[in-house]
Amino acid sequence: MAKRVLMKGNIAIGEGAIKANCKAYFGYPITPQNDLTAHMSKRMVELDRVFIQSESEIAAINMVFGAALTGARAMTSSSSPGISLKQEGISYMAGCELPGVILNVQRGGPGLGNISGAQGDYFQATRGGGHGDYRTLVLAPDSVQEMYDLVQEAFDLADKYRNPVVILIDGVLGQMMEPVDLEHDVKKYKLPPKDWILDGCKTREPRSIQSLYMKEGALEEHNWKLHEKYKKMKQDIKCETQHVDDAEIVLVAFGISARVCKSAMQLARKEGIKVGLIRPITLFPFPEEEILKATEHVKKFLVVEMNLGQMVEDVKLIINSKADVHFYGRPGGGLSSQEEIVNEISRIL
Amino acid sequence: MKKILFKTEALKDTVMSYCPGCGHGVIHRLVAETIDELGIREKTIGIAPVGCAVFAYDYWNFDVTEAAHGRPPAVATGIKRVLPDRVVFTYQGDGDLIAIGTAETIHAANRGENITVIFVNNCVYGMTGGQMAPTTLIGQKTTTTPFGRDEKIAGYPIRVCELLSSLGGVTYLERVAVTDAKNIIKAKRAIKKAFQVQLDKKGFSLVEVLSSCPTDWGLNPQEAIEYIEKNMIPYFPLGVVKDKS
Ligand SMILES: Cc1ncc(C[n+]2csc(CCOP(=O)(O)OP(=O)(O)O)c2C)c(N)n1
Repeated sequence: MAKRVLMKGNIAIGEGAIKANCKAYFGYPITPQNDLTAHMSKRMVELDRVFIQSESEIAAINMVFGAALTGARAMTSSSSPGISLKQEGISYMAGCELPGVILNVQRGGPGLGNISGAQGDYFQATRGGGHGDYRTLVLAPDSVQEMYDLVQEAFDLADKYRNPVVILIDGVLGQMMEPVDLEHDVKKYKLPPKDWILDGCKTREPRSIQSLYMKEGALEEHNWKLHEKYKKMKQDIKCETQHVDDAEIVLVAFGISARVCKSAMQLARKEGIKVGLIRPITLFPFPEEEILKATEHVKKFLVVEMNLGQMVEDVKLIINSKADVHFYGRPGGGLSSQEEIVNEISRIL
Repeated sequence: MKKILFKTEALKDTVMSYCPGCGHGVIHRLVAETIDELGIREKTIGIAPVGCAVFAYDYWNFDVTEAAHGRPPAVATGIKRVLPDRVVFTYQGDGDLIAIGTAETIHAANRGENITVIFVNNCVYGMTGGQMAPTTLIGQKTTTTPFGRDEKIAGYPIRVCELLSSLGGVTYLERVAVTDAKNIIKAKRAIKKAFQVQLDKKGFSLVEVLSSCPTDWGLNPQEAIEYIEKNMIPYFPLGVVKDKS
């Protein structure tokens, strides 16, 4: 029998990480993800794993860097201002090809902003975020069950690609309570051996881990190699579609915005408006195929975000004038209602 | 005839890129001899800093990782906490350790991380071409203190061992200098002791090594040694600053 318990989003991430054999968690307090850090301070110690409340987010991500280079599964979590601080470390992890999971429970920005849920960090998450020509895999769940499941996959994906994986949620999802099936089947990936770790050169030649490539042409070569890896990640694109086949307009939204869009879609369908939904679950790599396929019969798209237009740029790039792309969004923690979205749909049609 | 000088296994047989008279080469050698003598080469993980010693992974013959500028103590923390039976040390310059990495240094020390820090104090930013460091002496000319360091503008040189000594997690702090045979032998003893503290699981150990940078000081190697003796040692006194091992 399925083991279902009521759980908060942030806690489900922690429990999913523990199930995925996360050996070390490093965090620095910031709302709205403090309950996860507190939860891990208890659970990791109980399980004889590593928990540290670090002196800063910079230190936390560098502790992840250290734990990861030994082959241990490690994670950190924060919210937007703290994620900005982690970017240095994420760039180094990408350069050194180290796996690791980074949770961003987004809040309103810029600056200190506020503590409401928001989706203003889409660009930061999907464009690498730190310096240099790199990408991270970005996963955007929209329910507590999916958070629990995807954090487990995130560790596999990080190991599969030797790359940091960002889980992008927001303050609303983080605090949301929903039932979770703790035995839910989660996709398992074929993982390569960790034949690159540093754990002492007892049975082999010494190894080094570095992102510095000073020899003529070496850094270019390294970047091409990373680029090939980012292209391969397309194998693992995830996307949910609903009612696209008969749709006259398709909503495109991720995370909490997709939840609201699902309600708006049902409301609109009751009124006889044929609305469909595409929900990217991987934000990088982006589900290009699914969206392109829809343009064969859908000529109107409405992208809904809790920001002033970030993912919409990716949608426009793919659709490339094959259909009309509209945008509806609210910044700074404003959450659109289903009625607002239905009104916008009616306005467009 | 008796052979008294051996190649160390913990150093690769290669040419180092350091300038003539630079202290890094000697200090690398002391670390390598220590690791060989303690028989820990196969379980040691070193952390190279951003600074002149960034290429340490080309010289040391054991596992070595890079870390972002100033972050080695946090990286060392991550490694040591998941592999407590390995030997983990950082090798850091003054800019790395007590300018950009101040928070990571103080908090790793305060947590009593069971790691060893080899802190190379040359009073200057070597790699970037000789700017002021947190340890640059009052009056010392650098490319960013062209009139000499003025405390009214740039504050005072930081005495790292004294600064760290009040922290509960710190077990062993000693300041040494690689100026002459006598001091180099002392430096070696201090480095070995610091690693031993870690092997005995006694907590955070740091050895501050006063080291020369003839290139950025604008001196020849001999004058640079004299500079350490005449100017650095009076401000940064040698000896054990803390030992609760
Ligand atoms: C974030 C960041 N800021 C600045 C630099 C440039 N930088 C490289 S080495 C260095 C200072 C090195 O000085 P120190 O730590 O004293 O070591 P030394 O080279 O003297 O051995 C600086 C500022 C960098 N690489 N990264």
